[in-house]
Amino acid sequence: MSPRSLTLLKNLARNSNASSSCIQTRSVTYMPRPGDGSPRAVTLIPGDGIGPLVTNAVEQVMEAMHAPIYFEKYDVHGEMSRVPAEVMESIRKNKVCLKGGLKTPVGGGVSSLNVQLRKELDLFASLVNCFNLPGLPTKHENVDIVVIRENTEGEYAGLEHEVVPGVVESLKRLEISFVIESFDFDVTRSLENTTRFVPGVLESVELRRCAHSVVESLKVITKFCSERIAKYAFEYAYLNNRKKVTAVHKANIMKLADGLFLESCREVAKKYPGITYNEIIVDNCCMQLVAKPEQFDVMVTPNLYGNLVANTAAGIAGGTGVMPGGNVGADHAVFEQGASAGNVGKDKIVRENKANPVALLLSSAMMLRHLQFPSFADRLETAVKRVISEGNCRTKDLGGQSTTQQVVDAVIANLE
Amino acid sequence: MAAFLARRLLGTPTSSSSALISASRAFSSSTTPIKATLFPGDGIGPEIAESVKQVFTAADVAIDWDEHYVSTEVDPRTNSFLTRESLQSVLDNKVGLKGPMATPIGKGHRSLNLTLRKELNLYANVRPCYSLPGYKTRYDDVDLITIRENTEGEYSGLEHQVVKGVVESIKIITRKASMRVAEYAFLYAKTHGRKKVSAIHKANIMRKTDGLFLQCCDEVAEKYPEIEYEKVVIDNCCMMLVKNPTLFDVLVMPNLYGDIISDLCAGLVGGLGLTPSCNIGEDGIALAEAVHGSAPDIAGKNLANPTALLLSGVMMLRHLKLNKQAEQIHSAIINTIAEGKYRTADLGGTSTTTEFTKAICDHL
Repeated sequence: MSPRSLTLLKNLARNSNASSSCIQTRSVTYMPRPGDGSPRAVTLIPGDGIGPLVTNAVEQVMEAMHAPIYFEKYDVHGEMSRVPAEVMESIRKNKVCLKGGLKTPVGGGVSSLNVQLRKELDLFASLVNCFNLPGLPTKHENVDIVVIRENTEGEYAGLEHEVVPGVVESLKRLEISFVIESFDFDVTRSLENTTRFVPGVLESVELRRCAHSVVESLKVITKFCSERIAKYAFEYAYLNNRKKVTAVHKANIMKLADGLFLESCREVAKKYPGITYNEIIVDNCCMQLVAKPEQFDVMVTPNLYGNLVANTAAGIAGGTGVMPGGNVGADHAVFEQGASAGNVGKDKIVRENKANPVALLLSSAMMLRHLQFPSFADRLETAVKRVISEGNCRTKDLGGQSTTQQVVDAVIANLE
Repeated sequence: MAAFLARRLLGTPTSSSSALISASRAFSSSTTPIKATLFPGDGIGPEIAESVKQVFTAADVAIDWDEHYVSTEVDPRTNSFLTRESLQSVLDNKVGLKGPMATPIGKGHRSLNLTLRKELNLYANVRPCYSLPGYKTRYDDVDLITIRENTEGEYSGLEHQVVKGVVESIKIITRKASMRVAEYAFLYAKTHGRKKVSAIHKANIMRKTDGLFLQCCDEVAEKYPEIEYEKVVIDNCCMMLVKNPTLFDVLVMPNLYGDIISDLCAGLVGGLGLTPSCNIGEDGIALAEAVHGSAPDIAGKNLANPTALLLSGVMMLRHLKLNKQAEQIHSAIINTIAEGKYRTADLGGTSTTTEFTKAICDHL
């Protein structure tokens, strides 16, 4: 018997035994342009903690599929003060990057490299797809949510300073249109992009150092960033045949800031009459996610709420170990594990090699589609979903005992 | 579940928490009724407040209710719909129970919740979330308390437009407020026999603000070596809560995270209609409140679920150290719901408010 018929028979046998939701997805036949098959370079950043384990998993699977990509690997760690220039060069050249988590030290010193990377490359949209994987039991069914989160401003503007109580008092009286001095370079840059920003508007205030008693953090919301994230969210919904976009906010309390965000969303919504648009306050949103997640489809949020909502949605749908996602901007895209919790993992998981590679594998499938290799993406996704649904090869976070390597081997064995 | 009930029954305060209540409240005999302010509120408020009064009378709780209603005009002394007298009453009585209040829309006056918070200096919001035996949700073994800083953080109300299209909102964290809420959280944990306090933050990104909050929690934690202390980043916390809520015991957080997490936890156990809450102020003031809305569509129809307000009343009693009666009423409520015969519409039953209340009184 020819090897091909053997494979076909094997598949048939497997399909008849597999769980009822037998996954066979195939993109519409793709007609490439001549030369599309030449290998593409992708920057690879293994990162910290479980990062090297899971990126290695992706490398192995890509190799097994003979996917037309090759990786340019760079070592970056969370304690570095900046992402090295050569890495940035490489990403700018290749336009696409795959990375593991970078551990951010808590409390002081270094600013998060994950955030730095997003700001420098202007990856303004972060996307997480949270959905129930067939065969993986969870407390919530019918979950298929995409959280699109503004990635560059909001609470993560990184503008913090200590203030003397007297200054706080004058702020409370709001006597002057008061703006604080010593902005970080990032904000002035984004402000320059938005309007004819006049430096003279910034009143210089004398800030005296005090004994750590009052600290402020600025949350900046601009029309420019809110508009572009809203546009991206609706465009995503339109291109992926999604029916509803929900804006998450806290505009009843932060009337101006989140109010501006909502205004931008409403304006963009008018241009997509075929897509339902609604708004929900973030605390109610979390409660609804826990009670009735099926009501959500695409969600668009500012930075901080997006973080919380994405992790909550990931948690209810099966955990952050399996949700794919990435960050995208006008020129570049960086793919990584979807939701941020646990992207570096605990030491124990690293030592025992029991990290879950599924999230990064599914993210790399998204990357393959981004690079316009849809059938490789389909094969990878089908293999991963089959492994999960069969159930005997799962890592600890999914209730199993397998190591990362065992899951990788299973995925490779299931590749068509 | 046995452990849960045992903890409920045995959870008596172990040390004198005189910082929490004024001395005159500590020992009340059944002959001297305690004065407490009651804000029935709007919508279903008056019905459920009536429920509370009935149950408390049936349980022989010696409380003299001082009722105040939200007026229809703005009081210039307070710049809101709450009169100076109402606020003074809470300041004098030091304890109160508040039903749902619909915030009137309009300009030129403060919101009701903001007024209460500022005038009474309510700095901590305590919300216990535990699975009600007999009322099944997707999560069966939730037993945690969220303690949220109530005065500053992201809700300081300081926003301004820098230039057209650029808005800033200021988040303020002060040592004073953070220490205050951290102290309260650990004291609460100690007096209620809880084992662990988790501080929730995003200090890897907001290094100075949440860093200061964490620092204060660290300092207070050192004074309570017998209580386990951990720090959890907020996104991790959200994920852990929806995957395995038993990992948490007491959570202490700044304002915004507290708002979101406390509502998330309420969702785990069945929603705002079942969740009690208590606001703690300086000088031992405690204002227990039902956090659900005023539900104007079912107002006056005897369909409302008084559980949230009743459980908040129980929190108020515990604050007043009337533990025996608090426990009695609490068990009565739990048993009524667990039995399943009398449940209001939102819990899937067909009883009216009055039937449900009577069932609780019968269970006492």
